[in-house]
Amino acid sequence: MYKNETKVAQIGNRSETQTGTVNPPVYFSTAYRHEGIGQSTGFDYIRTGNPTRKLVEAAIADLEGGDQGFACSSGMAAITTILAIFESGDEWIVSRDLYGGTYRILEQGFKKWGLSSTYVQTHDVSIIEQAITEKTKAIFIETPTNPLMEETDIQAVAELAKKYNILLIVDNTFYTPLLQRPIELGADIVIHSATKYLGGHNDVLAGLIVGKGKEVCEQLGFHHNSIGAVLSPFDSWLLIRGMKTLALRMKQHETNARELASFLKTHENVVDVLYPGRGGMLSFRIKKEEWVNSFLQNLNLITFAESLGGVESFITYPATQTHADIPEEVRFSIGVCNRLLRFSVGIEDVEDLIKDIDQALTRLSSEA
Amino acid sequence: MTREHNFSFETKLLHNEHKYDPTNGAVSVPIQHASTFHQHSVDEFGKYDYGRSANPTREAFETVIANLEEGTNGYAFSSGMAAISTAFLLLSQGDHVVITEDVYGGTYRMVTEVLSRFGIEHTFVDMTDLTAVKQAIRPNTKVFYVETPSNPLLKVTDIRAISDLAKSVGALTFVDNTFLTPALQKPLLLGADVVLHSATKFLSGHSDVVAGAIVVNDPDLAKQIGFLQNSFGAVLGVQDAWLVLRGIKTLSVRMDFSIKSALQIANFLQNHPSVKKVYYPGLTDHPQYKIQKEQSEGAGAVLSFELESEEAVKQFVELTEIPVFAVSLGAVESILSYPAKMSHAAMPIEHRLKRGISQSLLRLSVGLEHPDDIIKDFSAALETIAAKNQGEIVR
Repeated sequence: MYKNETKVAQIGNRSETQTGTVNPPVYFSTAYRHEGIGQSTGFDYIRTGNPTRKLVEAAIADLEGGDQGFACSSGMAAITTILAIFESGDEWIVSRDLYGGTYRILEQGFKKWGLSSTYVQTHDVSIIEQAITEKTKAIFIETPTNPLMEETDIQAVAELAKKYNILLIVDNTFYTPLLQRPIELGADIVIHSATKYLGGHNDVLAGLIVGKGKEVCEQLGFHHNSIGAVLSPFDSWLLIRGMKTLALRMKQHETNARELASFLKTHENVVDVLYPGRGGMLSFRIKKEEWVNSFLQNLNLITFAESLGGVESFITYPATQTHADIPEEVRFSIGVCNRLLRFSVGIEDVEDLIKDIDQALTRLSSEA
Repeated sequence: MTREHNFSFETKLLHNEHKYDPTNGAVSVPIQHASTFHQHSVDEFGKYDYGRSANPTREAFETVIANLEEGTNGYAFSSGMAAISTAFLLLSQGDHVVITEDVYGGTYRMVTEVLSRFGIEHTFVDMTDLTAVKQAIRPNTKVFYVETPSNPLLKVTDIRAISDLAKSVGALTFVDNTFLTPALQKPLLLGADVVLHSATKFLSGHSDVVAGAIVVNDPDLAKQIGFLQNSFGAVLGVQDAWLVLRGIKTLSVRMDFSIKSALQIANFLQNHPSVKKVYYPGLTDHPQYKIQKEQSEGAGAVLSFELESEEAVKQFVELTEIPVFAVSLGAVESILSYPAKMSHAAMPIEHRLKRGISQSLLRLSVGLEHPDDIIKDFSAALETIAAKNQGEIVR
């Protein structure tokens, strides 16, 4: 059994015996020739199975310690594919502090098909337990949460889920299997927006699902194929290419994030720094709401853009970007205020990042 | 484009607003891999912010397909089924769909095994029988779902008649235009509301990309589909969007050639003693030949035919040398499929037989090989089968 650092570097190697290629080929073929009726090579139609996609699916299943992986055309497509295994009348319990896109598909999409969601704080298991009803079929958590960076005790929630015979779904986008393996802690399904750390280069949109257990995997496989929100062969290949440096990148993201968190805590124009102590994501509140726009425009190096997990540093403004679909009163009640900024710390030299942040923050008080 | 052009369809395939890059003049649309875009101000975001919401390469394909279908807005998806699934997301619990009975197996599966669990009801009807369609209407009917020609029996539905009927009860008409493409049929001009494509097929045409598309011509529907495309996120990858655009450039020449071959092959099969029945809307004795002629500019390049037995089908598949025996259709290579075990395997056998999709039915998607070669290949295979069967009888 190899360590995850070794596994990621080796994805796709030894996958093909004819030429010995160490880098897997991209199979664009949509159809596969059959020798005769009932004689399949295991591949029939690209939506159902593709050799390039299969490699990344096997890799993520292995890294997460699950039974089967499924690659989707975006993180949201992965979430919708999972939602399809439920039915009208079912209920989900969901992290209150949640990616806005997930909130949107639950509230404006699946609600009209009769699947309702209850939003709770997940750091305390008793709060989750109180929300469970006879109709609850799944608990969906993000840990750490987006953008408030609160961690949930996955093992404790998994025990609760088992007790009530509920599925536990964990969004592991922020930590990746290098820092956290929810299935080993008792989760049934792990999902990723692979656009983020797994891809890592801001050049591919992708989602991954890993299932544990025969029944869950069969259901996911059925809907993955029947809905058809699958990842393209080229994007599968790009994702594999990105994942090979995942271990190196995560180390650098984390080292930089720690230093930046310490720096931000000491800065007079910053009020709160939310950093769970690991990973490359942190959030912070600046002193005044009216400073937000100037601060973002003052940045010379760091990019103001949506998304996260790439080699380049990004700062996002949740209020109008990632969490714009969450009603303002809901946003405020959970602490996603208009002074909150989310920082996806890249792998640049940390001194350069600190310098850029420092000058952008310091100019605010001198301008004012 | 600076001037208003009234180009013919063939020209529009090549000359559109994306014919060259505005910054450097490149004549092929660049592939924009960026998943996110730098923003300059908190108050004013640029046109592009995140790759799932909008991407310039995907957008190029979306505007091209919208333009070709003569709609206002196009949307690209990661597969034909992702497009169809997203279109069905327009519905809510308690709604009802009237759907053509010999629909593609994947759509059948979506409607019967997924939508039904979310409280969306359906009725399968023979869409060529307007009385049956009328009888299927319920107070909660919200969508009429049409494939024409249908898969795999090539039945032709009168798009205008169904659209009129749908409008009269306040429902939408969805038309899967995969088999004919806008080169031959433009459902929006016949009254349809939503056009669906498996762009994997004729639009791309090279068996090298899986993709789907939706086109609409109503601002409210456009808003809803745009919202769903972004929320669900089953969007087309940028490399694939570029491959589809590349395929579309040769759509007309490919279609023209394959249609001519298809008619020749259909005539050959119809006159062959070992072939029981041929399904092709380009044959004058096809039951809806007239409607097909009226609403489209060609019968397409897909045909089905029935041999004498399942055993004959098995032998035919083994004996033919040119067509690949595989699922899918609409490629430069001719593709021979066995609906019972391929495209319609998701349909239970009793439903298949009821619809006429027998165990001895084969579907042929005619490619770009010379039709004489295909006819020679088929002729030899059928002769061998006949000789073999005769030998068995003598013995």
